[in-house]
Parts: sequence; C-alpha cells; structure tokens
Amino acid sequence: MIRAHVLICGGTGCTSSGSQKIQEQFIASIEKYGLSEEVKLVQTGCFGLCALGPVVIVHPDGTFYSMVQPEDVDEIVSEHLLKGRVVERLVYSDTGEEATDIDVANLSLNDTAFYKTQNRVVLRNCGVIDPEDINEYIAMDGYAALGKVLTEMTPQEVIDVITASGLRGRGGGGFPTGRKWALTAPNQADQKYVVCNADEGDPGAFMDRSILEGDPHALIEAMAIAGYAIGATQGYVYVRAEYPIAVNRLRIAIDQAKEMGLLGKDIFGSGFDFDLDNRLGAGAFVCGEETALMTSIEGNRGEPRPRPPYPAVKGLYGKPTVENNVETFANVPQIILKGADWFASMGTERSKGTKVFALGGKIHNTGLVEIPMGTTLREIIYDIGGGIPGGKKFKAAQSGGPSGGCIPASLIDTEVDYDNLTAIGCMMGSGGLIVMDEDTCMVDMAKFFLEFTVDESCGKCTPCRIGTKRLLEMLNQITSGNGTLELVDEMEKLCYYIKENSLCGLGQTAPNPVISTLKFFRDEYVAHCVDKKCPAGVCQDLLSFIIDKDKCIGCGRCAKNCPADAIVKTDYIAPGHKLPSYTIDLNKCVKCGACLANCKPGAIYKD
Amino acid sequence: MKSLAELQAIKEKMQQKVALRDGSGEMRVVVGMATCGIAAGARPVLSAFVEEVANEGLAGKVTVSQTGCIGICQYEPVVEVMEAGKEKVTYVKMTPEKAKRVVQEHLKGGKVVTEFTFANIAK
Repeated sequence: MIRAHVLICGGTGCTSSGSQKIQEQFIASIEKYGLSEEVKLVQTGCFGLCALGPVVIVHPDGTFYSMVQPEDVDEIVSEHLLKGRVVERLVYSDTGEEATDIDVANLSLNDTAFYKTQNRVVLRNCGVIDPEDINEYIAMDGYAALGKVLTEMTPQEVIDVITASGLRGRGGGGFPTGRKWALTAPNQADQKYVVCNADEGDPGAFMDRSILEGDPHALIEAMAIAGYAIGATQGYVYVRAEYPIAVNRLRIAIDQAKEMGLLGKDIFGSGFDFDLDNRLGAGAFVCGEETALMTSIEGNRGEPRPRPPYPAVKGLYGKPTVENNVETFANVPQIILKGADWFASMGTERSKGTKVFALGGKIHNTGLVEIPMGTTLREIIYDIGGGIPGGKKFKAAQSGGPSGGCIPASLIDTEVDYDNLTAIGCMMGSGGLIVMDEDTCMVDMAKFFLEFTVDESCGKCTPCRIGTKRLLEMLNQITSGNGTLELVDEMEKLCYYIKENSLCGLGQTAPNPVISTLKFFRDEYVAHCVDKKCPAGVCQDLLSFIIDKDKCIGCGRCAKNCPADAIVKTDYIAPGHKLPSYTIDLNKCVKCGACLANCKPGAIYKD
Repeated sequence: MKSLAELQAIKEKMQQKVALRDGSGEMRVVVGMATCGIAAGARPVLSAFVEEVANEGLAGKVTVSQTGCIGICQYEPVVEVMEAGKEKVTYVKMTPEKAKRVVQEHLKGGKVVTEFTFANIAK
C-alpha cells in the first residue's frame, strides 16, 4: 500500500542538473530499504524553482528538498521515508523573512516566499502530476471541460465564455482569444484547423516548454475545445525539436488521449471528431510568427506572408485557422470549468487572469512564476525573485526578449499588464523577464538582442534583412568608441524605419531594445559617444585598467598574470608599503581583466 | 471515451491515489517512526492506517504521515491524530488491529478511542 509519494522534477532544468541520476538512486535506495510497496516515485514537470534544482518533493508532508545530489538520496530514503525524520540540511527554507523562526521540518513548498504569492492556474499541475499518465490529469479535473463543452454547450456558447473571460493571447501580441475564435468560426470551409504555437524562441523564456513537459494534456484538451468552437477537426502542435523532453511527453500524451478516445472520432458520444498531431520546427525564431509557422507546417521554408488575408480566413493550407500560444490554450479548460467571471476576477481592467514569467538574469530565484496580471515589477523581483545577488542595485528588466523593451528602475512600481507595458514603450512578449543590475551596460544589452535578430531574420523583406544589420553595425561603432551623437540620431531614425516597413512581427519589433534603451538610458549612449566611457564598465574598447599606486602592495601578481606584458614596476613606494608599486602601460594593455581578477588588495580598477 | 460517467469513474478512482499530494486533509495521522518506533512495530501500524484510510475512501480527508521520535519510547508505537481546532490525541502501544479501530471509530466516526490513549494507558 502506497503511503508516500516522492516527486522528482523531470523538467529540462532539473534534468540538466542531474535529476535522472537522482531518480535511479531513489529506485535503488527504496529497493534497498524494502520500501517498494510503500513509496511511489513520480517524475513530474517543472516546479518552477529551477535555480535550486534538482528538486525533490516528498508527500504527504510536502517537504521540499532542493539541490539534491545522488549521494543525498540514501539519506532521504533511510531518514525521511523509513524513519520519518526530515533531512533538514536539504530543505529549501527561504521564506523571505525570519527564516530562523520557521520550523524547517514542517515547511512545505507553499509557505516559501517564492510560491506564497503565486497564483497557479496555467501551472497548476506542473510539478504535481505525472505528465506521462493521463489518469493523473483526469484526477485533477482533466478532460472534464471538454466533456462539459461537448455535452452541454454549443460552439457559440464556448466562444462567448472565452470572450467574456477577457483572455488575451499569451504569446506576446495580446489579441483577445475569444475574438480570434469568433472571427474564424463563421468562415465556411471543407476543413478548418487549430494550430498551437509552441515555437518558443525568445532567449530566456521557457513557460511553454514547461507546460508541455509538465501538463501536456491541458493543451490537448484546450485544442479540442477550440476545434469544437470553430468547427475544426484537425489540430497541429508546432514545437521546436530543440525541446526533446517536451516533444516526447506531448507524443506520449497524444497517444494516450487517442487510446482513451479523448481524441479521434465521436468524442463523448457527441459526434464531434478531433485529431491532433505534432510538427517539429528546426528552431528558427521567425517561425514563432504565425504566418511563418503555418508556412513551415506546410513543408516550406519558414517565411512570413503578408496579412491580410488573416489566418482566420486563409491560414494553414489556405483554410480558416485559429492559432494560439501554449499558455493561452492552457487557460482554456479552467475557464470552461470555473467560468468567465472567475477568470475575469483576476488581473487588471483590460488584462485578465495570470501570466507566467520566466525570471532570469541577475536574480536569486531564477525560474518560472505565475502571478496575477497587475502585480508590480517590484513584487516580482524582490518578493518572489528574492532580489538581486551580491547586494547590487537593480537597473532595469528586459521584458519580451528581443522583441520587447526594458523597464528602468524608476518604473519598478509599474503594475505589469499588457497596456501598462505598452504605455511605457515595452511589451509583455511571451513573458521572459531578464533582470539587470548596475553592472549591465544598456548599449551592450541592446547589441546582444540585435545580434540575435540579425541572425534570426529570415531575409524575405529588405527593411529587416538589411536594416537590422546596419543597426547592429552602428551599435558596434558606438561600443567600440567610434560613435557620435549624429550617429545616435541616425540610428534612432533607422529604428522607426525598420519598425514601420518590415513585413512581419520579427522586423517590426526588432528595433525595440534599441528604442527603449534610447528612451530610458540615452545618457549611456551619450557617455559612449562623447566621453568615450562605458559607465557600467562592460564595453572593453572603452575601458582602461588602472592601478591605484597608493593601494598597490607591490606583490607583482598582476604583472605575472598579464598575458601582454603590459604591467611594469615603478620607482614609487607608497607610504606604509615596502615594495614599489606597479603600473599598466595602456598602449600594450589588451583589457583582458586578468590583473583585476588577481589583485588581492583591490588596487586595480576599471575606468 | 463515450460518456461523462466513464470519465467520472476514472477520476474518482484516481483521486484516491493522488490525494496524498494534496496535503490539505482536515485530519493528520502521524506515526512515530524513529528507531524505537520501528523496533516496537510501527511500520505495520503505519501500513494499516494507510490501507484502512484508503479502504474507507478517507484519503481526501485524512493525511497519514510519519515523524521521528516523540520522546515516550516505552509507549511506542505512538500515533498522534491532529485535527484543526481540536486537541491532539495521542495513541500509544499501537498495533495494526488497534489502528483499524482508530480509523473506524475516530477518523470515520469522530469519536476518540479513549482506551488506547496515552492519558489512559500511562495512568
């Protein structure tokens, strides 16, 4: 008789930090202590706290073990599972405040600061169920929404509920989902399609992957509901081949749903047929754009096509098509079951529900968080994210990856929703949130994203293909110390030109990182161009390494480590020191930073 | 899948199995499983609780868990039943048979089995 469940995270994050080994070790140890009949091992999807992986949760206590190593497993089995003693040293105990007063042994996951403020709708099953077992999904109300829709509701009623809920596209654009369905439903055709965009390409965003890995049936159920609403009988999930775990779990889930008759002919005896298949993408960023994605499914090179006609009229294979993002779909079954009012009660005036953010960059708790729309950036970064490591100052957060913009520290109390972010020249995007501290150079950051879009531009239209390339060259000129204020103005003009003239979303948003850093951090561009300095000390060409002769103790470690022989001894002996100090010949210096890294008294600084 | 009833049947069957992960049961049964407890036979007691709770369909309501040494080793196996808003009940010198009675009378029936309690036996 099973009395305890051990949940091991099998998401991509924890898999790469070794959760497979942990699982094997658990199997061996449970066997060794004769607990096979009493303890069940479950491999789940992502828990969200990827920074602390591999993560293991033991139920019924709900004990949350973090950074578990294979050699810890035997102790967990013999102490916790056999003798009921929690292995306290492995328990994650960051509760935000007064951690010392907390009874660590009884601390469950939901009490931690990271989880306490979250509201899990989309991620409700991630890290809770075994994604490879359809029965566990059914136990969590799975497929009940599909059953309700097929037996009690008309297609129009389904569309009305989704419209009334205020759900908007989570892929970035924020288009109202109900309206998208309503625009597609009336178009007559011999075949219509439902397509799921799982081509998550923003650097730093991984919520769609986590849903596919942790709760793939939610997506399948939602796509069948969408099919019923618009009159489609075939769906495709377009997922990048770079997500092998997600692809595999989705494949298993689709097969299980077919076997159980939750996909296929005459579902729930309603006469409604719906079939689903997945299509693998090769990982091109442009294929996240809806028309390019459909072109790719059709077997052609992933290039966008002009709209109109919109996919609602002529989409996949020229037929009416609804295309939604994974996270958008994952909301749908919950809305059907709990009602539009329930969903609309969360969030802000025009952005309802929750949003999943992938926290990354200079932040303690890197991982996935789901919070109601309208949560302030301050809460996300400091309460849930645990703040910035090393006591550094928050400088800005990049939202929406290469298509988005930055939110500067002065706007940290912005309530995050679609409209507020658009108002400050930023965008929600897919929910990647990269936190930057005072050591980040904003020009360099813009350059990083431009390098990405230059690589990923499909080349079909000239403004994007050539414009982004020229833009990157200008940024390179600035960071190498050859910029002028005229160049900055010219660059700004080019940004708007690219924005207005590009064919698809990729080009139209590509200049955003430059535009928003120019808006909030123009002084940094000026510093690069006029003073020839990089205030954050990042752009190598604008840096000089200098030895403070009064702090130098003359140990010579810098000179020994200098690959360019640029550091020489001087005649000067600082008061209180015995040996002569060193100096750097700036003409020879290659700015590698080896001297700085090796200076014990901290006498070397960047200027 | 041809009907909602079919889905509902799977759901009910499975819910008992995943309820363990919910942890929000109104009642908690904690079995002392330190060396002293195990030596005195706590494991069959724990198994009896888990089994009986499942048989009675109480898995959603009752969480059966284990703990370390409570400190009254001569009275092991010790079992504590905790319920929000009520005083903790400590059962001592438990056996699988006694466990079944506790499930029936206390967890299901709401009546403390006073003859097994610490207060009674330690007198």
